[in-house]
Amino acid sequence: MRQAVFEDRYGADWAKFEAWLDRHEHQRRRRAHDAPAGEDALADTDVPQSYRRICQHLALARDRQYSPELVDRLNQLALRGHHLLYGARPRRGVARAIEFFLAGFPRLVREERALVLASACLFFGPLILLITVLQFVPDFIYYLLEPGNLAEVQEMYDPSNARLGRRAADDNVAMFGFYIWNNVKIGFQTFATGLAFGLGTVFYLVFNGVFIGAIAGYLTQSGYATPFWSFVSGHSAMELMAIAISGAAGLRLGGAVLAPGLVSRKAALVAAARPAVRLMYGTGAMFLVAAFIEAFWSPLTFFAPLTKYLVGALLWGVVLGYLIFFGRPRGP
Amino acid sequence: MLDTARRIATPEGIELALRLAGPVPRALAWVLDMLLRLAILLVLSMALGALGGFGVGVFLLAWFFLEWLFPAWCEVNWGGATPGKKAFKLLVLHDDGTPVRWPAALARNLLRAIDFLPLFYGFGLAAMLMSRDFKRLGDLAAGTIVAYREAKPRGFQVPQAAPLPPPIPLTLAEQRAILDFAERAPGLTAERAEELASIPHALVGRLDGRAATERLIRIANFLVGRR
Repeated sequence: MRQAVFEDRYGADWAKFEAWLDRHEHQRRRRAHDAPAGEDALADTDVPQSYRRICQHLALARDRQYSPELVDRLNQLALRGHHLLYGARPRRGVARAIEFFLAGFPRLVREERALVLASACLFFGPLILLITVLQFVPDFIYYLLEPGNLAEVQEMYDPSNARLGRRAADDNVAMFGFYIWNNVKIGFQTFATGLAFGLGTVFYLVFNGVFIGAIAGYLTQSGYATPFWSFVSGHSAMELMAIAISGAAGLRLGGAVLAPGLVSRKAALVAAARPAVRLMYGTGAMFLVAAFIEAFWSPLTFFAPLTKYLVGALLWGVVLGYLIFFGRPRGP
Repeated sequence: MLDTARRIATPEGIELALRLAGPVPRALAWVLDMLLRLAILLVLSMALGALGGFGVGVFLLAWFFLEWLFPAWCEVNWGGATPGKKAFKLLVLHDDGTPVRWPAALARNLLRAIDFLPLFYGFGLAAMLMSRDFKRLGDLAAGTIVAYREAKPRGFQVPQAAPLPPPIPLTLAEQRAILDFAERAPGLTAERAEELASIPHALVGRLDGRAATERLIRIANFLVGRR
């Protein structure tokens, strides 16, 4: 068939399809249905068929060596159709999010429990070790932190402060913003640098474990135990577990690069990124809750330290119980 | 052929051609995004400065969202592109050419944290130069590509001449070569154009020099459909 005949015969179909694309690209979502369409416009139900025909025309035009202009035009029509047809996904975002947090996330954490445990050891190991060491060898702190920093930290937990964990001028909302900005960034760094054979993740886990352990050990030993522990107990469960799980996500990426198994490194990485990012959805939410507690509950001095310890312990129970028991299939 | 066009096979059994974006347009898009972000944060800091601690909190939250989540949101809900990418006519797609969705968009944006190392996207640039598809590490892990948004085919701008059918049937690639030549001939020096035009013997025969150039431009006129 000559090109002119081909164009004559199918040109009207292409134009119709193009008009449908124009309508839908500009008004995606629900309003597309209300858009005024002419009498002989392409009905939505006929679009897949029309798209497949255009794909076939493109293949024919290429095979018959029709002019580049026609091939380009058909290629573009097929490409736009491809984007619209394969891009649309049913949106049930809220239901899926609820399902994820009630079941999917804890299930995923349990699936990756080996990595979560490894990450937790790398993080909590140095943390607990340093708290212990500093009780017996207080001067060890000077290997880790500058005296200036120590004075600043002490100021934050001065028992005479009206609010714990911060200097007088700091405001609750400001600190909420700061905790989100800072802590989630630490989580993201811990995760992302795992791509470097897991080295970055290991570094950030150990580094943060050492840093937090050093401050906790120093304050406990130097007489600030009550204000410090009553400040951190509330948000510690959410925040520290979120860091550990971010680490697990990072190790998942690093593991795929180090030991891809029977597939190429690239394929292993793509496969590992999916669960890793899903873990990060969960830690993002955990960081958010932690920042909220840290900004609005932890600094309160109205409650006795014992109350705050109890709440902290309760929250550890809630977080661990959530991660261990949620999303299990119901027994018979 | 050394080319940034990538062919993507679809379930319909055809191949769609996409042009991938290299480091330079992507870096420019990034710079534009960064300037936009700075401008928004500057305006916000002035507006929120009066609100004291509350304002600081909102400012830091805005910073966090603009830095990490906003680009991913744009790529999912705003035609696959951040404002900077849109300005340079780029868009993010899955490896199979479908529009990007949340998991991949978030993965590639979170992994900017490592692409950015050690200094101004050092790893990202290295990965892009080593990868066939100009992928930074985030793209590798997320399974995404950055391609040019295809404008409507603009057609070939061939100088007017009396159309002449080619003496032999031409393949698509050959037709493209002739059209590209005719389109660029006015911008070449006459000597270079003539040198190029005398290469396809089957079309120009024994003609050379000016006559060969004119012959090819006439054939190009035929190929764009002038009769």
